[in-house]
Amino acid sequence: MTPPQRQRRSPGQEPAAASPSADTSPKEGELRNPERLFVIGGEADGERADIDLVTLIVACADPPVSATPEQAAVLRLCSAPLSVAELSAYLSLPFSVVTVLLTDLLAAELVQARAPIVRQKVADRSLLEAVMHGLQKL
Amino acid sequence: MDFKSSDTIPGPRTEDRLPHTAEAAVKIVIVGGFGVGKTTMVGSVSEIRPLTTEETMTQAGIGIDDNYGSASKTATTVAMDFGRISITDQLVLYLFGTPGQERFWFLWNGLFEGALGAVVLVDTRRLEVSFDVMGRLEERGVPFVVAVNSFPDAPRYPVAELRTALDLPEEIPILDCDVRRRASSRDVLMTLMRFLHSLAMKGALT
Repeated sequence: MTPPQRQRRSPGQEPAAASPSADTSPKEGELRNPERLFVIGGEADGERADIDLVTLIVACADPPVSATPEQAAVLRLCSAPLSVAELSAYLSLPFSVVTVLLTDLLAAELVQARAPIVRQKVADRSLLEAVMHGLQKL
Repeated sequence: MDFKSSDTIPGPRTEDRLPHTAEAAVKIVIVGGFGVGKTTMVGSVSEIRPLTTEETMTQAGIGIDDNYGSASKTATTVAMDFGRISITDQLVLYLFGTPGQERFWFLWNGLFEGALGAVVLVDTRRLEVSFDVMGRLEERGVPFVVAVNSFPDAPRYPVAELRTALDLPEEIPILDCDVRRRASSRDVLMTLMRFLHSLAMKGALT
């Protein structure tokens, strides 16, 4: 039996037109979501802090009296460092909504963000070695 | 608004809290078709119970998708499971299992751009499902390895035949795995890291 055949692509190549057959699988993770989510974001006017799924957030103050329930929840969850992805999961809020919440909290200096290490053109070998060493202990 | 009071929101268990010394995180993305075992793989190596982050897809995104027809106007929620491995007291690794369809990727800022690399998880019964994913990663210059999740009733191809079918250059690792087993999932991640390391060595020489 011969497997089906693929064709390699290269960086910067024009995306191929989506083939209709590629999408016949069930829509994984898709649910109808009737909730209106824009309320939580408050007055953020579209300006958002540069926040990644794995930016670590740490609270640097107790919730002020003026804090919304969501802000108070973030501050409570981040008494120890926590990734934005985990915040999104524990709060059951979409990533983008958490981003808006954090933008406000960062501006108010109630939380601190620890930026992730992202892939560089020339990868940091000592970082890769550290990860390998950590995986070996699993 | 019916947001739960902040006291009732479940947070991380005490043992799931990161130390205060945690300075930075890195991420790896596991991508593959529906039911190929992404979440199982995340769960088998994660130190925390896998969690789910979600994002809402707006109308504009849905419009491209003929399956919904023109009458559909509702927002769609796309979920992504993830897990965590503490590497050192300072460094944390996150693993994200994401659906293969690229139209979901843009929902999470920099999901692939910032990742160290990716694991493409394939099922030989539906090999073609992963073709588009690999092409997209190649276009974006995201380094990846291919892990074949060995289902009992799946056809087995020799690696050379698989490499030809997937049109992958010699240096890209292809390996078999059983993602239910922690050791096997860890080997996949180690293979990716060694591959990234070899790319870094090559980059340093040129």
